[in-house]
Amino acid sequence: MTLQVIRLLFCCVFLGVLSAAFGGEVQRLQSSYELMSPENKAMQDDPSLNPAMFWVGDGQMLWNAKSVANQKSCASCHGDAQKSMRGVAAKFPKVIRGQLRTLEGQINQCRAAAQGVPALAYESKDLLALTAYIATQSKGMPIVVRETPQNQTDLLKGREYFYQRMGQLNLSCAQCHEERAGLKLGGSPIPQGHPNAYPIYRLEWQTLGSLQRRLRNCMSGVRAQQFEYGSPEMAQLELFLFWRARGLPLESPGVRP
Amino acid sequence: MSKTSRTSITMPSSAKKGAIVEIRAIAQHDMESGFRYSEAGKPIPREIIRTFTCTYNDVEVFKADFYPGIGANPLIIFTTIATETGTLEFKWVGDDGYEALNQAHITVS
Repeated sequence: MTLQVIRLLFCCVFLGVLSAAFGGEVQRLQSSYELMSPENKAMQDDPSLNPAMFWVGDGQMLWNAKSVANQKSCASCHGDAQKSMRGVAAKFPKVIRGQLRTLEGQINQCRAAAQGVPALAYESKDLLALTAYIATQSKGMPIVVRETPQNQTDLLKGREYFYQRMGQLNLSCAQCHEERAGLKLGGSPIPQGHPNAYPIYRLEWQTLGSLQRRLRNCMSGVRAQQFEYGSPEMAQLELFLFWRARGLPLESPGVRP
Repeated sequence: MSKTSRTSITMPSSAKKGAIVEIRAIAQHDMESGFRYSEAGKPIPREIIRTFTCTYNDVEVFKADFYPGIGANPLIIFTTIATETGTLEFKWVGDDGYEALNQAHITVS
């Protein structure tokens, strides 16, 4: 009897040490997928129901489309996306040559540098399609964004934005998505706010949208000045969010209510 | 919206005679309701899919009329009875000359 009690105590202490080792993050990482209705889950899981698959199809076409400037396509350099892009989305945002780049930012960088064509506008159908096509190659793979000497300052900035109160409602991201995750806001569950399913087909939007669109959504929700699309602030916040969700498998392209 | 777009049909390629087969049809379409205004204050003209028809060996087995209240990228799930081996044709027709066609083959044993 006493032995069992001691064993139980030991277990508790051990678990306590374990959670402390993970920086006090006792909360289990939960994708907002788990908060959805069975119908919406089925919609995401079944390619014949997931409307985002149209964008994936468009993205595949664009991947092989030759640029008008120099006849180069994405495939000219990167080959078969199913091989070359596997796991890529799980590593972004990433510091490349001293600059923090999101997946969208990298696509546009490639277009400008390798294909000689102007960057695609944020939330344009083409950029979303390419992002979705690349991101879906990493479906099921865990996010592997880590703190490195290169991304340290950006990560710190991103963390700052996450915990900073903003807007007329004077709320920080953390107040909802960390302190109140799992509770309800206006009848809807508050998710932990992980970026693991983007770009998402949001039923409310009736279309595919990027993580930055979703972040701008929240910012306008708290009546704050929204970060610009493609701005360094956005990239830093994205970086922090991906780092925060490290280990969570990617679901792109997700479906959300 | 272009004159056509991506559509997809999901259904079994074979079935027993008399069996009920489920067909899923989905189209990529903005379904612009015609009730919205642009940022400049001008009304955005309506552009929706108007009808969807399914014919089974040239016999119409299912038809749906669409209205502005239907959301973007509409999905229709319906059933039919596998009567004979043949081809099912799916036709989407919409505003501004929109048209999309799909075909699927079914083997009935």
